[in-house]
Amino acid sequence: MNKSTIVVGGGIAGMTAAGELSRLGVEVTLVEQEQITGGHAACWDRLFPTRRPAEEVISFLREQTDSKVNKFSGRSVTEILHHESMFTATLSDGTILHGESLVLATGYDLFDASRKEEYGYGIYDNVITSAELEGWFKNHQLVRTKNGRIPSRVAFIHCVGSRDEKVGNLYCSKVCCITGVKQAIEVKEALPACDVYSFYMDLRMFDRNFEELYFEAQKKYGITFIRGRLSECSENADHTLVVKTEDTLTGKPMKMIVDLVVLLVGFVPRSQNTQMLSKLKLITGNDGFLQPEDEHNGDNLTRIPGLFITGAVKGPVTIANAVADARATALQVYSFLHSNR
Amino acid sequence: MNIQGKRNIWKDYQKEIATNRYFYVRSCVRQNFFPGSEKAFLRILKDELSRDVYENASHTTCSGIGYHSDIIPFETAMTMVARQFALMTESGYENFTTSCITSFGLYSEILETWHHFPEVEERIREHLLRATGRTFKKPANLSHASDVIFKFRKEIAEKAKHRLINRKTGNPLKVVEHIGCHYSKMFPSKGIGGAEYPYVLVGMIEEWGGEVIDYPERRHCCGFGFRQYLVKANRGYSLACSKKKFESMAPYKPDFILTNCPGCPMFLDRWQYALSEMEGITYGENGFGIPVLTYEELAGLVLGYDPWDLGLQVHQVTVDPLLDKLGVDYDPSAKFTGKNGIDLGKPEPPSFLKFYQNE
Repeated sequence: MNKSTIVVGGGIAGMTAAGELSRLGVEVTLVEQEQITGGHAACWDRLFPTRRPAEEVISFLREQTDSKVNKFSGRSVTEILHHESMFTATLSDGTILHGESLVLATGYDLFDASRKEEYGYGIYDNVITSAELEGWFKNHQLVRTKNGRIPSRVAFIHCVGSRDEKVGNLYCSKVCCITGVKQAIEVKEALPACDVYSFYMDLRMFDRNFEELYFEAQKKYGITFIRGRLSECSENADHTLVVKTEDTLTGKPMKMIVDLVVLLVGFVPRSQNTQMLSKLKLITGNDGFLQPEDEHNGDNLTRIPGLFITGAVKGPVTIANAVADARATALQVYSFLHSNR
Repeated sequence: MNIQGKRNIWKDYQKEIATNRYFYVRSCVRQNFFPGSEKAFLRILKDELSRDVYENASHTTCSGIGYHSDIIPFETAMTMVARQFALMTESGYENFTTSCITSFGLYSEILETWHHFPEVEERIREHLLRATGRTFKKPANLSHASDVIFKFRKEIAEKAKHRLINRKTGNPLKVVEHIGCHYSKMFPSKGIGGAEYPYVLVGMIEEWGGEVIDYPERRHCCGFGFRQYLVKANRGYSLACSKKKFESMAPYKPDFILTNCPGCPMFLDRWQYALSEMEGITYGENGFGIPVLTYEELAGLVLGYDPWDLGLQVHQVTVDPLLDKLGVDYDPSAKFTGKNGIDLGKPEPPSFLKFYQNE
């Protein structure tokens, strides 16, 4: 038997790791629960900060995994067992896969915005999530209110489900700030007459060209950034929305009527992981994401030799960083398979 | 608006409410503000539903109004509440039911504090024992009286003489529901429906045939807010809060406002008069105000109780047009006649707010 690995999850990290390992001569089996690979990124129109089409990145990764990688899509992994240096993954259709190593790249779930009850998601028609707005862009759907009106005011709400003790998520989801800036620009491009507001706690423009895009949003597109966390959202009789916040830079409470509210939803740990990984007893952090064996020198390793973790299964990550992480993981897996175990 | 979204949230915020044997504690102020409400609660529980409700004459204030006004320390409040629990224990009851929202909030806060800090509970037990010689058991079940009426809303509906339907139009009455802040804003899990979309009053309105209005300032304070009113210099803020709510709800043309707090109906009722005198504005139909009811008053009307037995004649905003919509058979001439038959005298009508139907 050739050196083999099972990669669980066909998103950015899983596809990258599978492609790299296949290129290194490892026999790779990739399992993706959806019918198509690409993960959350497959739902994106354009990527921050350059706004290149997401399809370009996904197509590249699909090419890397097309020829030699053995793929199981449309099936989820229900259980993973480790016995006598072999991994066994049971799929939802009963298929059983075996591998000498296993890479967990199951990614993340989006925060359920209805848990921020005061924002009215799922109750008020014109409160949507950033994922839904991205879907509108991808499907070339016009930015409109539920009843088809052209919005004259759109509000983006940052940190929905992130850095929020009330919902139990103290961590930063990293990508929402720049996603909000990108989407605000795209709304403004689609609707030049629309006033676009962005309500934030602080803007974490940590990566290359993020800060530049933020400046561009203000200078070129005239997007108004207001430092204040939304306290509540309610609906007028005409289905416009009343948002209340405090402008913490001026120290004054604010009330504004807008046509559309976009909630920038963050990452949460994949709910399916609990059952799938129950027998492996992997360690999770306080945030619920998987904890690597060594956060500096072994951040793809787990307590089980041959079991690796990569990408957003360890916490929020950008696409660029997921790619880099998955490549590093592939090298770790390759070294493991060729070591004297 | 998608009502299913609210229903999903309501599913998450259910609570256990005892079915019988209630140790009932009255509010400090409600018998002055809305004198028929607590009596109606007892009548409904005892006479209509055959429940055991007990009151202890030694019950005192819980001190919540002083605690939330920063004049009673928490330690003192806890010891006073411990004494109320001792009265319950000595009376042989274990289901504690409060009339007042602030009491309910304070009891919830204290039980939660003791849960997380058992050493505080031990200290308070020592204080109480030293001061009064009393010991106590904590309640097996803590509920607000509106929880209890909510629990029996279907039984009340089965006995209903009147539904919340406009007799003239056949349409459901449109109702604003307003929850007291201390009901669930501090502990969402302690209130039916949680803090953002409380269901306790909505459930009664739906069950009895009415339609609930969701208006933008639904969550806003009624205007009481303790220090907004108790500190005289802040009373303009109290009025401003109430005005903000009235202006937000008025376009929806509510038939009445339903409340479950001692302060909310007081301020939503009386400030309509104050605002009319100050600015000449009224918010109800044809120059009347928007009637404000307590949940006991509404339950009493639904059950066909005489409105004057419910104390509706002491409301500042006249309820007579609402009684007509409901089809309540009432005697206008008895409105200001005391229970002993003595004429109490008619109030002088306000300058702008219509008070008498035949004005």
